[in-house]
Amino acid sequence: MTERIVGIKTPIKLEYTYTPGLASSRYLNGVARGKLIGQRCPECSKVYVPARGCCPACGVTLGEEVEVAQSGTITTFCVVNLPFYQAIKPPYVCASILLDGADMALFHLIQEVPAEEVRMGMRVEAVWVEPGELGPTMESIRYFRPTGEPDADYDSYKEHL
Amino acid sequence: MRDVAVVSFAQMPSVRREAQRNEVEMIGPVVQSAIERSGIGRKEIGFTVSGSSDYLAGQPFSFVMALDAVGAWPPIRESHVEMDGAWALYEAWVRLQHGDINSALVYAFGKSSPGSVRDLMALQLDPYCVAPLWPDAISLAALQARALLDRGDYSERDFAEVASRGRAAARDNPNSQVTGGADIDALLGEPYVASPLRRHACPPISDGAAAVVLAAEDTARRVCERPAWIRGIDHRIEPAALGVRDLTSSPSAELAAANAGVADGGVDVAELHAPFAHQELILRDALGLADGVAINPSGGALTANPLMVAGLIRIGEAAQRLIDGDATRAAAHATSGPCLQQNLVCVMETKQ
Amino acid sequence: MPNSSDSEAGVLSAPHVLEYPYTRSVGPIIGHFLGGLLERKLFGIRRPDGSVLVPPAEYDPDTGEALTDLIEVGQAGVVTTWTWIAEPRPNQPLARPFAWALIQLDGADSALLHAVDAGDEANMHTGMRVRVRWRDETAGEIGDIVCFEPEAAP
Repeated sequence: MTERIVGIKTPIKLEYTYTPGLASSRYLNGVARGKLIGQRCPECSKVYVPARGCCPACGVTLGEEVEVAQSGTITTFCVVNLPFYQAIKPPYVCASILLDGADMALFHLIQEVPAEEVRMGMRVEAVWVEPGELGPTMESIRYFRPTGEPDADYDSYKEHL
Repeated sequence: MRDVAVVSFAQMPSVRREAQRNEVEMIGPVVQSAIERSGIGRKEIGFTVSGSSDYLAGQPFSFVMALDAVGAWPPIRESHVEMDGAWALYEAWVRLQHGDINSALVYAFGKSSPGSVRDLMALQLDPYCVAPLWPDAISLAALQARALLDRGDYSERDFAEVASRGRAAARDNPNSQVTGGADIDALLGEPYVASPLRRHACPPISDGAAAVVLAAEDTARRVCERPAWIRGIDHRIEPAALGVRDLTSSPSAELAAANAGVADGGVDVAELHAPFAHQELILRDALGLADGVAINPSGGALTANPLMVAGLIRIGEAAQRLIDGDATRAAAHATSGPCLQQNLVCVMETKQ
Repeated sequence: MPNSSDSEAGVLSAPHVLEYPYTRSVGPIIGHFLGGLLERKLFGIRRPDGSVLVPPAEYDPDTGEALTDLIEVGQAGVVTTWTWIAEPRPNQPLARPFAWALIQLDGADSALLHAVDAGDEANMHTGMRVRVRWRDETAGEIGDIVCFEPEAAP
């Protein structure tokens, strides 16, 4: 009697040479110089950070480059209690951060503060790697940490949640 | 049935490697151009649908990112097919039959340059007994080409003639990628890539994007002087296993062509999506095209073959000839899967 | 656009590897075929019209009717079409030049795709007979067939 096979392994490995495109390259090259570069939509005037190819609301090519501040406001956050990455010891906080001058929040880590003290409206700033270690990668920003400023008013970021 | 027409078409020139722009940056200008040419406001478009493949992009759910290029706010009605954009156009045509909307945007994008497209097409095959062997796309087409030669009706010279004619036509098409070297004897002197296919009988690797705007009835008449009215459109598929098919004919293309009404009145022009030279010969027979029909005046997929886009380009190129007044009745064809497994035929007319 | 030319010169690129460690359930029909490979047997499945599909299909390609009648077929057959690969691609069955072929095994009515180790393109022709070459240690997967090889002249 022929044995019946139940399952097989069919692993696949695909290799690409990937380009993030003009806008993301502009952003990442800015990061490599310690700057946060966004782009403004010519139609709705919103500033997108990171810069991206088109305004996702208007469907038009983004225009003017805008450098935004390296500090901003936590609009929302979560506390991670499971170890996804060995490099960071839980519990830690991932937050949506609205940089001053931007209309789109970006995601990053919050450190130098106990997880239970992180809150919506908290003011934070970027902590960069040493100048010699800067590169075109989001890892050039180690994390964001509280600035100690008073919390931002809810109305100032409620449109960006 | 509601009358639905192609009212505008735009494409980016196909290139071997678009090293600068990502997919969104490729699509954005093409979509903006198609919408602008349509005369329909972007916010008026009733339905948006795209065709693409995540494996090409190397990015799962890449079509979601691509939405940046169309501006999905306020929220739009949207759909996507993991297929050539010609099938997205079919979905848009069906959607327009509902009667509650009057226009649709169809777009397609394919960037093959980042990966090894010849190999990764194996992933569309039976994952148990075929894909683990990693047969590449050119080899499978070559099996079909050999079977066609063995049948005795065509020769390798016929393959070269198809390529030569395509290259000559492509010289007038600024969007094509391969134009040089149309001397048939020189083409026949090329070494085999996978015998009996030589370089000229295989498509180039292309990065590209295209967009079409469809409009129904009065909307089409309002925005376009000579809309390319879709008179019939159908698509058919054959079994996946190559070994159960007769590779020398295309029953699915034949049936789709009959249902789309290719034979119900002569066509002036036919755009056939034949990535390999011998496939044009099979398709010409399947569609029953008469000798006088201008086949692939754009140069065809042998001169520019952005995957997931080249079928939609066939419909767009054929429609553009009607819109421009250069033809009155056209057939456009798109294919998908190995060895012409799946085929779509669309017949368009200028006649009201 | 400000600085666009400067920025364009600095478009980034990076290697990107996508790996999927798929494990697939194969179902009873393919499972039987793969189980056959384990013991160096080839199975097909009989359709209501009497014809035999190799590899077996779960459902009739014409009617969609469920197929169940698995039968053993021959280990040699006829090349129905082929192509010569002078430069094999990564992951393909053989690292030296070989032919891909559709092979109709004795007792089968459909053809199976596999490699033929013929040494030279001049040794290939449609209609030639080929025989399976088994892997030393079978595992119940299509790779248990290393390739086919031309059958010795009778």
